[in-house]
Amino acid sequence: MDAFKSWIARSGTGSILLLALLIVVVFPLTMDIFRLNLVGKYLTYAFVAVGLVMLWGYGGILSLGQGVFFGLGGYMMAMFLKLEASDPEATKIQSTPGIPDFMDWNQLTELPLWWEPFRHLPLALIAVVAVPMVLAFIISFAMFKRRVGGVYFAIITQAVALILTVLIIGQQGYTGGVNGITDLRTLLGWDIRSDSAKYVLYFVNAGLLIGVIALCRWIQMSKLGTLLLAMRDKEDRVRFSGYDVAMFKVFAFVLAAGISAIGGAMFTLQVGFMSPSFVGIVPSIEMVIFAAVGGRMSLVGAVYGALLVNFGKTYFSESAPDLWLFLMAALFIGVVLAFPNGLAGLYESHVKPWFARRKAPKAAPAAVEPPAAPPPSPSQKSAPPAALPGGVQGQSA
Amino acid sequence: MSNTDFVLAIEDLTVSFDGFKAIDALTLYVDRGELRVIIGPNGAGKTTLLDLICGKTKASAGSIKFKNQEMTRLAEHKIVRAGVGRKFQTPSIYENLSVFKNLEVSFPRGRSVLGALGFRCTDEVKERVQSVATEIGLADALDTEAGLLSHGQKQWLEIGMLLMQEPELLMLDEPIAGMSVRERELTADLLQRICKGRSVIVIEHDMDFVKRIAHKVTVMHQGKILAEGSMEKVQADPKVIDVYLGH
Ligand SMILES: Nc1ncnc2c1ncn2[C@@H]1O[C@H](COP(=O)(O)OP(=O)(O)OP(=O)(O)O)[C@@H](O)[C@H]1O
Ligand SMILES: [Mg+2]
Repeated sequence: MDAFKSWIARSGTGSILLLALLIVVVFPLTMDIFRLNLVGKYLTYAFVAVGLVMLWGYGGILSLGQGVFFGLGGYMMAMFLKLEASDPEATKIQSTPGIPDFMDWNQLTELPLWWEPFRHLPLALIAVVAVPMVLAFIISFAMFKRRVGGVYFAIITQAVALILTVLIIGQQGYTGGVNGITDLRTLLGWDIRSDSAKYVLYFVNAGLLIGVIALCRWIQMSKLGTLLLAMRDKEDRVRFSGYDVAMFKVFAFVLAAGISAIGGAMFTLQVGFMSPSFVGIVPSIEMVIFAAVGGRMSLVGAVYGALLVNFGKTYFSESAPDLWLFLMAALFIGVVLAFPNGLAGLYESHVKPWFARRKAPKAAPAAVEPPAAPPPSPSQKSAPPAALPGGVQGQSA
Repeated sequence: MSNTDFVLAIEDLTVSFDGFKAIDALTLYVDRGELRVIIGPNGAGKTTLLDLICGKTKASAGSIKFKNQEMTRLAEHKIVRAGVGRKFQTPSIYENLSVFKNLEVSFPRGRSVLGALGFRCTDEVKERVQSVATEIGLADALDTEAGLLSHGQKQWLEIGMLLMQEPELLMLDEPIAGMSVRERELTADLLQRICKGRSVIVIEHDMDFVKRIAHKVTVMHQGKILAEGSMEKVQADPKVIDVYLGH
């Protein structure tokens, strides 16, 4: 029993269950479908943030181009849905019925060959994860085998995001251009715009997210997780212990890409379109901010980060749209400088010890609270009290 | 070049950095089971020589044969897998991981991506970690975060990480730098124990330490070998006294 308890504590199962409770039970019970759908959209960004925890937090590889993989996953899904929405009956007023409307507007007279596989759902679903992962493999293999890393790698990922955006916008007839792929209606005849479909999609999304987090947690606890941490610390030591360091970095990058792509596909399904505005540099950086705010070492933290920043964004961009960009930049700088481990770090260093101190006096009820309670475990580092959030500060003395 | 009985055969090895020859047509043979010490003034090219052997630096010319297998064009991790272990001049350990994890990660199994995913810390691994930790005097510190160890203990931990891999050739760059007198003695004993059944190359400046451990000494100067032989012979060599021991 004790062994089981310690496994629960070590594996972080508790925090994952808590998150599951929140997004699977609490949110659906307390929100109407409009809001829930909004949360569902935010949770699709959380996939990217979770991927960044593995890539950036664990692997120490900063990518500023994760929008590429989110977007590609979303586009793969959108292509399938668009073809289904473009049956000859629905498009009979076009000069070429049966092809997506934007192709018709751009004087295309037949479906390009590379769109053909997207007539089939299984192929499209495979493409959702396979295409981004293959691209990620090519980029990262080429870079990491040549020992390109750090800032240079981050710049390369930005370049890829830029190139893909330009490509999508420029090839209007094949991609829908700057508007993206819009007017998506049904999935195998099932209307994804209905409220009931939105509920179902929300739960599918939440389930996938929890599954992905559990998978990542499992990877973190394997030797591969230890190796990622070791590489971040002393890359040469890992290399000269007989490991092909480049391949482990490639793995982290491909994993993060695949996870982001699932988020992208779920975005398309829940929001009903995909456009280049989710591919470029700005959304990619925003996604890094979600992970940074949540805590780049914490998988569940990344989800809270994505939720919180997006609630803030929705709130502020309605009341003060120009201010939001500055606010977000300030948030990012503030978090990186003051709380390098984000919300999760604050929780570890302040909330947890506070709970532990609250529990401790119970053992000796008569005793006056000791002036300096011992830290609960030797690994917990004491943090400067000035950084305590207001609510906690009052209790800590 | 023909096959030899040497565990390591370096012939005509040269590396130049922008025209500066850090290693200059160097030839060196190391026997099986030998403990070789390399000494020489700062900048002689000792660290560079180890870098070349373990693949960190690529040779401009010449050959390095480990057990008659050419190493100069192999990737670093393949050289390690062939049986060459290398300790860096500054202690290079994973500061954020426990001593146990540091040793466990160095166990030579599950070295591919999929292998690492499927790796289980079996009893065999635990026993190895335990025995190596005992060997390096860290058996009581297995749960300690490696960053909290003393400087000397960090050096031992890195040696332990290499021992986990059971290399046939172990290369140690200044293993006792920054150690106390007592720690130096313990390290000398450790080296004498671990050179059983494998070859060891040690780079060191401390002459008392060298005297204690060396089977044979090689003196390097300006990328070349100045003298080679027993400690007494090398110490009596006027060239060596002139460039290295004289001051
Ligand atoms: N990557 C490099 N690029 C240019 N020069 C280098 C490089 N690596 C080493 N050198 C030069 O090669 C020479 C040999 O350096 P090395 O570090 O091998 O000396 P060493 O014998 O280990 O000295 P020490 O006793 O100080 O450790 C030095 O002059 C150094 O500046
Ligand atoms: Mg050196």
